[in-house]
Amino acid sequence: MSDLALSPSATPDESSRHRAWRRGWYRFRRNPAAVAGLVLVVLVVVAALGAPWLAPSPESAGTFVNFGERHQPPSLHHLFGTDNVGRDVFSRVLYGYRVSLLLVVFVLGLSVPFGVLLGLLAGYYGGWIETVIMRITDIFLAIPALVMALAITAALSPSLMNGMIAISLLWWNWHTRLIYTTVHALRHEEYVEAAKIAGASDAHILFREILPNCISVISVKVTLDAGFVILIGAGLSFLGLGAQPPTPDLGTMVASGANYLPEDWWESVLPGLAILFAILGFNLLGDGLRDLLDVEVS
Amino acid sequence: MEYFFFIVRRLMWSLLVLVGLSIVIFMIARVVPGDPARIALGPLATTEQVANLRHKMGLDRPLYVQYAVYIGGLVRGDFGQSLLTQRSVALDLRTAFPATLELVLATIVIATLLGIPTGVLAARFKDTWVDNIGRVVSLLGVVTPSFFIALLLQLLVGYYLHFLPVNGRLDPSVSFTPDITGLVLVDALIRGQPGVWFDGLRHLLLPAISLAAASLGQIARITRSSMIDVSRKDYVEAARAFGIPDLVTTFKYMLKPSFIPTLTILGLEFASLLGNAFLVEMVFGWPGMAAYGVRAILHKDFNAIMGVVMITGAFFVFVNLLIDVLLGTVDPRIRIRGARS
Repeated sequence: MSDLALSPSATPDESSRHRAWRRGWYRFRRNPAAVAGLVLVVLVVVAALGAPWLAPSPESAGTFVNFGERHQPPSLHHLFGTDNVGRDVFSRVLYGYRVSLLLVVFVLGLSVPFGVLLGLLAGYYGGWIETVIMRITDIFLAIPALVMALAITAALSPSLMNGMIAISLLWWNWHTRLIYTTVHALRHEEYVEAAKIAGASDAHILFREILPNCISVISVKVTLDAGFVILIGAGLSFLGLGAQPPTPDLGTMVASGANYLPEDWWESVLPGLAILFAILGFNLLGDGLRDLLDVEVS
Repeated sequence: MEYFFFIVRRLMWSLLVLVGLSIVIFMIARVVPGDPARIALGPLATTEQVANLRHKMGLDRPLYVQYAVYIGGLVRGDFGQSLLTQRSVALDLRTAFPATLELVLATIVIATLLGIPTGVLAARFKDTWVDNIGRVVSLLGVVTPSFFIALLLQLLVGYYLHFLPVNGRLDPSVSFTPDITGLVLVDALIRGQPGVWFDGLRHLLLPAISLAAASLGQIARITRSSMIDVSRKDYVEAARAFGIPDLVTTFKYMLKPSFIPTLTILGLEFASLLGNAFLVEMVFGWPGMAAYGVRAILHKDFNAIMGVVMITGAFFVFVNLLIDVLLGTVDPRIRIRGARS
């Protein structure tokens, strides 16, 4: 039996797919909020990837000290001023985005596939598999994520790695819920029934028929999540339980800069704004994609 | 009768969630970090001392026995001894929890009182500048880290304008112990001390506003979209056609159904609200669960950590139970589905 027979709508011809992309891009461009989100996200990614070349003072990312230039206010020489040991705050913010994006990639890379897989299984098979998976998911949903992440980092001792592990352990359940609901609605669709009658294996139906139809939901959710992972990671490190000094983490920078308020406001306020920009970018982009792909993710 | 079964089911489910939570936190606190006795005594203690303490703490017994002992304690309200304060964790939490509770309650009041009207206005003036302002405010509330809002408010209102105090629950010169409910504002009223009440309110405002921003944004968004959905319904058109005044249509016929999604979102939001409370409390030196919990974490005081997580989790579960029961009262469809599923 050929693949084509099993998935009649899965491979539309190239030109119609190309047209769909063009149409999507056109509609996306007409949504100013979504475009602003895309611009912010691109800026953040460029800042993170290009930090070694863009940062005026790459050595500021580490243990570098320059006591002659401590607590300098923002100027042309130091765009965001300097911190309590004379490091360039702007350079540290650029490197800070690396830490934030590393967190996003790690947490979502680990928790999304796991969460999606459980959601697929629970939604498709139903019965006791569904009961077990969804009840465990509900228990995890009832745990305030930040509080639980605190407990886990405590058990593992505070560090960036352990913070990432803690957040991953608490993130999968949202994807399980979402995919479960989606699959539940899809499992009696005609193309699924057709594949079953054609004798396709469960694995084929799950991964080749149902999963491709979940991709738009997942991509919207992942974009929105990226912002919230940055948010929770910043919270964790703000409490001193995430990345440890001298790692240039934005949350840690806000916390340590806050010691010099109100005089040296730039040391905490500007890294705080940097966090805000990243979260805002992913949020706007996610909302724009949601409108574009017309999916429900909550 | 259906309503009764609905509540029973919800209660049993809440209990199950708490048992699950206790297992998770027990595994995290007792199994992951290694030997609690060794952690308690430090690296300099002899193996014999450690073995003694292990026996005293019951760590030489099988894991399920340890868990049973722990659960037995929880049921009696005994969270064990804190290694750090050398007091019972339950006693420590009895002073820390009301402070957090007061902050969270004030936050919910602010978020609903501001969020719902914002949403109503935005929906009423859809696609005008009113709507746009409402949208920007809600979005900023959702995407700004609460600790950053806290810091900005502290800087602007506290340091530059000297409007409101930026630290603690009461002025150090005020000697007042909230010993009835643990809530300063309530206890000051009961004891008839308006000065204390006012000072408490002034201290409460900035932390509560910082914490409310995120929920306010969510509530405004949900209220807006559900009002817009409802405004297209036939019965609203009919009300308008009958010449019923706009205000009555808006508040009587349109707002009521939008309470359901708003309450639902408030329940889900509550988890992140509790987490954010930790951050805001740290910024304002609020003597709640955060100060206690973070100190416990840095000192690996596991009984205290487990206590903080269990109380926070129980609080969340209780609030969601309350919301479900409320929703069941408002909307009969929910309780019928809940009783049958």
